[in-house]
Order: sequence, then C-alpha cells, then structure tokens
Amino acid sequence: MIAEAGHIALILAFVVALLQGTIPLIGAQMNHGRAMALAERAALAQASLLLVSFALLTTVFLRSDFSVLLAAQHSHTMKPLLYKISGVWANHEGSMLLWVVILGVYGAMVPLFGKSLPLSLKARALAVQGLLGAGFIGFVLFTSNPFERLDPIPLDGMGLNPLLQDPGLAIHPPLLYIGYVGFSLAFSFAVAALIEGRVDAVWARWLRPWVLLAWSFLTLGITIGSVWAYYELGWGGWWMWDPVENVSFMPWLAGTALLHSILSLQQRHSLANWTVLLAISTFSLSMIGTFVVRSGVLVSVHAFAVDPARGVVILALLLFYTGAALALYAVRANTLQRRAQLNLVSREGGLVVNNLVLVIATATVFLGTFYPLFVEATTGEKISVGPPYFDAVFAPMMIALIAVMAIAPMLKWREDSLARYRSVLIKVAAFSAVVAVLTYFLGKSVLGALSFGFAAWLTAGTIASVHRRTGFTWSRLRAQPAGTWGFVLAHLSVAIFTVGVTAMSIGAKDDVARLAQGDSLDVAGYTFTLRGTEQGARDNFQYLAGTVDVTKEGRQVASLVTQRRYYPVREMFTSEAGFKLSPGAMLFAAIGEGGNDEGVIIRAYYQPGVLWIWIGALLMSLAGFISMADQRLRLPKRDQVSPIVAVPAE
Amino acid sequence: MRPFAFVLLLPLLMFGASSAFAQLDPAPSETSITISPEIEARARALGRTLRCVVCQNQSIEESDAELAADMRTLVREALSSGSTEAEVTALMRDRYGDYVLLKPPVQGNTLVLWFAPLIAIFLGLVWFISLKRKRQSIPVEALSDEERERLEALRQS
Repeated sequence: MIAEAGHIALILAFVVALLQGTIPLIGAQMNHGRAMALAERAALAQASLLLVSFALLTTVFLRSDFSVLLAAQHSHTMKPLLYKISGVWANHEGSMLLWVVILGVYGAMVPLFGKSLPLSLKARALAVQGLLGAGFIGFVLFTSNPFERLDPIPLDGMGLNPLLQDPGLAIHPPLLYIGYVGFSLAFSFAVAALIEGRVDAVWARWLRPWVLLAWSFLTLGITIGSVWAYYELGWGGWWMWDPVENVSFMPWLAGTALLHSILSLQQRHSLANWTVLLAISTFSLSMIGTFVVRSGVLVSVHAFAVDPARGVVILALLLFYTGAALALYAVRANTLQRRAQLNLVSREGGLVVNNLVLVIATATVFLGTFYPLFVEATTGEKISVGPPYFDAVFAPMMIALIAVMAIAPMLKWREDSLARYRSVLIKVAAFSAVVAVLTYFLGKSVLGALSFGFAAWLTAGTIASVHRRTGFTWSRLRAQPAGTWGFVLAHLSVAIFTVGVTAMSIGAKDDVARLAQGDSLDVAGYTFTLRGTEQGARDNFQYLAGTVDVTKEGRQVASLVTQRRYYPVREMFTSEAGFKLSPGAMLFAAIGEGGNDEGVIIRAYYQPGVLWIWIGALLMSLAGFISMADQRLRLPKRDQVSPIVAVPAE
Repeated sequence: MRPFAFVLLLPLLMFGASSAFAQLDPAPSETSITISPEIEARARALGRTLRCVVCQNQSIEESDAELAADMRTLVREALSSGSTEAEVTALMRDRYGDYVLLKPPVQGNTLVLWFAPLIAIFLGLVWFISLKRKRQSIPVEALSDEERERLEALRQS
C-alpha cells in the first residue's frame, strides 16, 4: 500500500501543480485577488505532497519492499542503511522524483520567505514554478514511474551499484540538484517580471539570496563529484572536460554571471534586461544539465533511441520551457525599463566584463560539447573535441577574467577613473611580477609563472580593495556587510583554485607497472614500493588490498593502502585508491588486477596542489553562503518598519 | 569512461548497458618492446591528445580497451623509430580519421568551433570599449521616485 499511497500523492501533486500553473496566472491578468492568493497555498500543498511521495518511496527502500520494481533493481537487504537511503535517488526514476521534489520545495519558499513581495509578482512567479512542476511531475508519472510494482516478487534485490556505495556519492546528487533546481526561482521570477513588465531592486534583492544558495550548492555538488571521481576511480584526474561534466559546468558559469549581474541590478538598477535573460538561460542550462544527460544524447547519437519515449519527452519539455521563456523575452524585453548609464570604468563596467567573459566561456563550453554532434548530424563526419581544445580556449578567458576581477571591486559604482588607483595598481602589479619571476626561477615554467603571477595579482587586488573600503581599521572592518566578506573570500578562493590547478597541471607525475612484492616504481623523486598484498572479505564485498610504502631519499614518507573490491551481488569491481594528503602534494597509489604470483598492477601518482583545487572550490561555495547573510538582501517585514538600508556610497 | 563523467552518468548506465563497467578495470600500458623513459614520457604526452576510438571520451593513455593498448604500442613504436610527434599524429589520423584527434584540427568543418569564441570576445570588446564614446555623466539615482514610494509603501504595509 505504501507504494500506491506514494503514487497517489504524486498524482495529486501533479494536479495541484496544474492548478498552480493556471489559475493564479489568469487571476493576475484579471487582477483577481483570491485567484492570485491561491498560488501560495497551492505551492505549499504541492511541496507537501511531493515530500510525502518522496518519503514513501524512501520507506519502500528502507523496508526493502521488493514488490516495487525500483527497489528490487537498486536495493538489497544486506546494504548498509545509508545506501538504502541513497539508493532512492541513485537511479533514473528516483533521481527524477528527487528533482521535482526539490522544485516543489523551492516553490514553497516563495510563500514562506516572500511575504512582502507584491501579490501579482508572487502569483505569476508561482504560476511559472507550477507549470515547471506540472511538466516534470508529468514526465515522472508517465514515463518514469518510481512506484511501479513487480510481480512475481523477487527474494532479494539486485543491489546498488557498488560505485555508488560511498558517502561522497550518496550526497552528490542531492547537492547538485539543490543547485540546478535552485535556479528555477530565478527563471520563474524572470518570466513573471517579463509578464509584469518591470524588474526592480525589490525583485533583485529578493532573488539574489536564492541565486547565491543555488550557486553555492551547485559548486559544492560539482566539487564533491570531482573529489569522489578522484579517489574512487583511481585515475588521478579531477576534471576531464567530458561532455557530461561540461553540462554541469555550463549552469555554474552562467549562474556565476547571474549572481554578479543581479548585484548590479540590486545596487544600481542597471543590467535589468540582461539579468532577466541570464536568469532564463541559467535555468535552461540547468535543465539541459539534468536531462540531456538522462536522454543519452551526449553519449552517442544512437543511444538516444534506447528509450525514445523518455528522450523525446525530455527534449520537448526543454524546448517548450526554454523556447516559451525566450519568446516572451523577445516580445517583452523592451518593456523592462533601461535607465542607468553604463560607464567603462566603474563597478558596473567591471561586472559587465565579468558577464561578457563568463557568458562567452559558457557558450564556448556549449559549442565544444555539442559541436561533434552537430557536425555528425549535418555532414556525417566524426570529429572529437577533447581536453586540449578546452584548455586552449578556456585558459586565456579565465586569465582575462582574473585580470579584471582584481581591479573591479575597488572601483566605485556609476563612474570612476583608473588614475585614482595608479599607486595601488603599481604596488599590486609589482607584487605579481615578483611572484611570477620567483615562480619562473623555482619552477622553470613560463605558463606556471604567468598563472601564479595572475593568482598573486588577484590576491593583492582583493586585499587592496578591502583596504580601500576599510583602511584596515577594526571598526570599519566590523561594519562591512556580509556581502563584502563573501566577495573577498570568493575572489581569494579563485586565486587558491588557480594555484592548485596550475601546480597540478604542470607538476603532476605518474607511472604504472606490474609489481611483485618488494618491487618499486620511481615517480618524481618518490619511490613507491609494494610491501605486500592481502585478500579478505567485509560487509558486502571481497577485496584485494595492497600496501605501498613511499620513501623519499630513503626516508619513509607514507604507507598507502589501496583496495580493489569485488561486489558479488553486482559482479562488479571497484577500486579504492590509497593516498597521502598533504598541503604540498598528493601521493596516490591505486591497485589494479593481479595476484601474488604474477604481481599486481600499481599506478603511482605524485600530484602537487591538487588539495588546493578542492579547498578553493569549497571556499567559493562557503563564500556564497556568507553572502546570503547580507542584511541588504532582506526585504523589510510586513509588520515591522526597519530603517531603510541605503545603497552604500562606495 | 572518464572519472567525473561517470558520476553523472551512473543512473543512466544502471538502467542501460552494464557492460560499460568492464572499462573500469585499470590495466597498464604494457608493451612488448623496451622503450627509454624519455620516449615513454613523450608517448604519454602525445597519447593524451589521441582518442581511443572505441571508447567514450577517453584518451588512449586512460583507456583499458584492447584497441587503446594497440594504439599505445603503435605510438611508442613510431616514436622509438625516430618519428616526430607531428608524424605520429598524422599517421594516427590517416588510420583512424579526424575522430582520433582530441584537439580538432583547424579546417573547414571546425572553423566555427575555433573561431566563434575568438570572434565573440572580439565583438564583446568592441562593444564594451564603444561604451566610452557614449559616456556622458547623467546623474542616476539608485531608485526612482516611483520605486522609492513603492518601497516605502511596502515597508509600511
């Protein structure tokens, strides 16, 4: 009965979403108060029903009820509790359900946190959110029903894919989805603004925390995926420019542009038009991120036919929502007032450059990802677009971005002159030059020197702009809004990230060989010696473990234990790399197939800076959360008159 | 299958072809010929720019497919016999077509791919710099009077 109840809750949510998507929209057009007010109750009801549905599916998994097809295919009685829960979303149907649940919950945030928003704006935004919900709940119900029964009931489930049996991967999909779907609010409010014909500071102020929230979670989700791939798959790669990675990166880039342009809208009422377009694009890219992967179109053109119903429905939904929003934009964009003058040298000017570069970067990733498909579809010729292309095109854009990032936050809004900053900029540039020259002599790499130089430029520039704002006096430091600290941390973490990426891409060394006990491999001055292997069994897997001693100049540095696991339920192997984390470099060993007689395959890696890549990314995410705390983003409550926070003079 | 991609693709793979997991098993680039470390280093750098043509987005250095192993051997043999990187790349391209090149060559069907980003940046710059000419400092307030009223009304409602 639990599965049926879940199914019914989902059907009800679908109906509520349909109502939410239509009645308030008509109500807002006709200025009918009660019809508009329906939106809020519908949003809350829809979210509750979806949560119930999701909770019931989780119950099915917890009780190992294998009369439900999904649980039978993806769960097993012997699985640890955590993976029974994460098994819910570690499959197509369950993850789609999670996606719509999050969509519904974001919708419910509007009545909960947007009490002082104008009624018609709220009604329209919620209606759009409802239409999104109806489309995707419909998709789940009609093509990917997670509650489908199975008869006869199997004795046990097929188990969760062992690769997914990892804490990192248990939380990766929800984080990613909270990120992707969070941009739905930006989309809904953008479409509502187009219908209303106005975008203002209230709109921007209310929306920005949600954009920040979505962006921070997306950053976190991508980072955790990267960390997981690094240690679990044992290839020592943290980012590969794979199409499937790229589609998660595009909404991140567009979202980064959005959270900067919305800042300009909030503070200066400039870029209103542009911000609306970005909000629509960012969520469209999020949908592409989620669903194009699902449709299989990226893996190969032919995989698309594997499940035509799903693929076609997904593409139709994508085209409908994106197309409708863009069409509305084309018709209505000129109704959004354009008033602020834009100056080259000003804070907005810097934000425009930021947006320009980020949007072109997004378009480039899009182009590189879909170009092979396009060429094959039009000419039948097969080409590949791989990491060398992206590295070549992307690196210069990021350098340009960093160059501006260091200066723009110092500038005043509206109008400024670079001449005022001559002495500061000379100091910052001198510091960067010193760092670059030192890097060159220590590392003998021109690219490394250039890259470290720009990281120094960004660090010094960011510190200089803190100095300009506060003079480093305690009272003024304390008086800075949370947004300032968010920006400082975010920009500094880009510098940290850059240093990590550079060190990794220039200094990484690896080797692989079949080693017998006592044999060794030399990598970057470190000696990796296989001390011994051991076989055994634990929980739901058997393992072959290797212990690898790492020495440098005869001194023991680390002892790495790496495992190769065999999961009988799924008849699958996974590898668990052994690594030694240190701030300088990662020492990393992974064991492959083999045995005591013929020796085992050992891959050994020396990777400097890799830890800083993730620390940088995690700090970026943290910076987003810090910015959310900014009081300037709060709308005054209905029943309390708070002193109006003026736009800071600077 | 590439590492991180794998994460995102997993749900897809799980209801699709489970045979893809076979690729997960790492195997080394074992070749029968003996090669100097210097050649090996060059071969690896080169191998990372060549696609394993039967895999999904993997270079021949990362792939465990049989064909990738053959291709690795081919690269090492060619480099050992004195070929330059460009010659080996040309050889592989003759044999497997443009598809083998992870860095697509600049040619008719990749002009858009290579030049669109450049043109976009150029046009963006031109547009941005042209802003300066229109520059006339019109004093603009953060909020219009109407907006101020609205905000006021919101605060007091």
